[in-house]
Amino acid sequence: MTPRNRFRWRVMRVLALCRWLRGGTVRALRLGAAAASSAPPSQDSVTVEVLDHLERLALVDFRDAEGVERLREAVRFAERLREVNTEGIEPLDSVLEDRCLYLREDDVTEGNCTAELLKNAREKVEEYFVAPPGNIPLPELEERDTFLKGS
Amino acid sequence: MAARGCGGVWRRALQRGPGGSCSASRPRRAVACNARGGAVPVGQSGLAPWVPVVGLEIHAQITSNSKLFSGSQVQFAAPPNSLVSFFDASLPGTLPVLNRRCVEAAVMTGLALNCTINKKSLFDRKHYFYADLPAGYQITQQRVPIAVNGSLSYSLCIDNKMSQMVTKTVRIKQIQLEQDSGKSLHDDARSQTLVDLNRAGVGLMEVVMEPDMCCGEEAAAAVRELQLILQTLGSSQAIMAEGQLRVDANVSVHHPGEPYGVRTEVKNINSIRFLTKAVDYEIQRQIKELENGGTVVNETRAFDSKLGCTVPMRDKEGKQDYRFMPEPNLPPLILYDAKSLPANVNHQQVVNIDWIHERLPDLPSVKRAKLVELYGILPEHSFTLVNEDGLMEFFEDVVKRTQMKPKKVIGWILSDLLSHLKQHSLTANESPISSFLLADLLNLLENGDISSSAAKQVFEELWKGEGKTPLEIVKEKQLELIQDQEELEQICQAVIDEREKEGDRRQTRVAAALEASGLGALPSALLSCSCGGLWR
Repeated sequence: MTPRNRFRWRVMRVLALCRWLRGGTVRALRLGAAAASSAPPSQDSVTVEVLDHLERLALVDFRDAEGVERLREAVRFAERLREVNTEGIEPLDSVLEDRCLYLREDDVTEGNCTAELLKNAREKVEEYFVAPPGNIPLPELEERDTFLKGS
Repeated sequence: MAARGCGGVWRRALQRGPGGSCSASRPRRAVACNARGGAVPVGQSGLAPWVPVVGLEIHAQITSNSKLFSGSQVQFAAPPNSLVSFFDASLPGTLPVLNRRCVEAAVMTGLALNCTINKKSLFDRKHYFYADLPAGYQITQQRVPIAVNGSLSYSLCIDNKMSQMVTKTVRIKQIQLEQDSGKSLHDDARSQTLVDLNRAGVGLMEVVMEPDMCCGEEAAAAVRELQLILQTLGSSQAIMAEGQLRVDANVSVHHPGEPYGVRTEVKNINSIRFLTKAVDYEIQRQIKELENGGTVVNETRAFDSKLGCTVPMRDKEGKQDYRFMPEPNLPPLILYDAKSLPANVNHQQVVNIDWIHERLPDLPSVKRAKLVELYGILPEHSFTLVNEDGLMEFFEDVVKRTQMKPKKVIGWILSDLLSHLKQHSLTANESPISSFLLADLLNLLENGDISSSAAKQVFEELWKGEGKTPLEIVKEKQLELIQDQEELEQICQAVIDEREKEGDRRQTRVAAALEASGLGALPSALLSCSCGGLWR
């Protein structure tokens, strides 16, 4: 990179940083004394009950200890957000929050593609999708064959 | 038909409980719920009274050409899966695009229900697994809905005679926009479910009411009023039979002064009549359960219309955790009013609350007040006129074409016409007697050409719908009142002679003689007749 380009690049970085600081999407960042530490939380919130609940709700399968440890890591990583003081600040749940929500006119522009939709279905009956009869809930922990029972 | 208040319901329940296998083996303890909503103990003394609490969650399908987030058509009864776009089928790579008409419908409804419209509302995802929800989540508005804190006023009769109406109010917690799910057809024989996604993605307005009601009658009256409001606004056709208006009732009971009891949710209610039955049954069931020492389980029950009772719904997975999260694909929905409207803006992209407010049609309560003022009829009468499909227009048509005073016309509309319509399950628009014909008939009566009992006979004839006019029927059956003085004197003389012959003063003979001479009742001319001796 030529010195001129490097300079330009540095200026752009600084400008971007300033824009970022000034912009509405920046939240007051006051890092506490205990900066970005990797200290584990005092209580382990990832208990067997929580894991069972998650398996039932989201139908995921933690399969083995490694899967659970990966979840623990993810929770630990996200917990660090709590170090930031966000008192009185509105939470940001989408970077689209300043965008305009586009409103569509009430016209019929789609549909009528039954054959195409049913192409992906493994089973079909006279243009209906076929599904098992109602929800089959996950059996209770005791009745399942899962490594969670051992923990 | 106007709902009757709670006063009479619970006593009648003692004599006539729900039929079939749901009847209790021991007599049910009834609770009366007076018009003010409190509980009054009825039956055995010494037992603490019960206060039933009823809250409603109502889903109204928005009347629009296309769905809430996609451009596929909204239509009842189309070939399965023919009105489904890639987004509705939740195929990867598709995104929601909000339909402007649905937003306007929700704002109209919010304004009509006196709600505060949130100028900024947000969309969320509500996750649960079911075959008719292809995405595995429903886009709804849980955190910040489009309208909050409204009220709905409705009227009830507190006795059977429809002479005393009382107005009650139920608070509206919120109105939110959300997607409808598809339809599942359960094929138990082959142990499978057939899924039709035509309905998936259709726009719904969920109206959440606070638990301010105390019995089935109140719930039914509130829903009927909401139905009328939605139909007047045009935001939803609200036909329960077609699933455009779905009501779920939350029912619990408690003793006065104690905290609210455990509630159950009752679903599968397909008409307003069934709503009354379902709520009342559930209240009774809970009272019975608690008085027998049992507990009420927080569950979802379905109303079985054939048996008239609620049964626990199969397929219940315990308390659901919907894992609400913000919908990442939709920015906040911003609404404007006259003050906040930006200057250079594409009007197609803007929903102006004030603009919609100015164009709201007359709500049912306003229509009723106008009828009372314009025609001098009673509030109870105007209630029925607005409540029955097409009856108000029919009444106004007749009043326009007849000289008879509206106060008299209303009697004919509400007792004669309406009772016949109800007997044959017809609406005013399907009446075999048109407003023209009825107006003609009433004119004959008003002019003194026929008596009122003759008019009733003509009415019956007209009801047959054979295409004859009132005048033709009157001539055919010789129902005209005799105006000729001489003819009347002759008849009177004949009657007097008859009486003198028999020496019998019984009125039945006189009536029979009058009948035979073709007079239905005493015409006014007869009273001035010179045979005054008859009436000693």
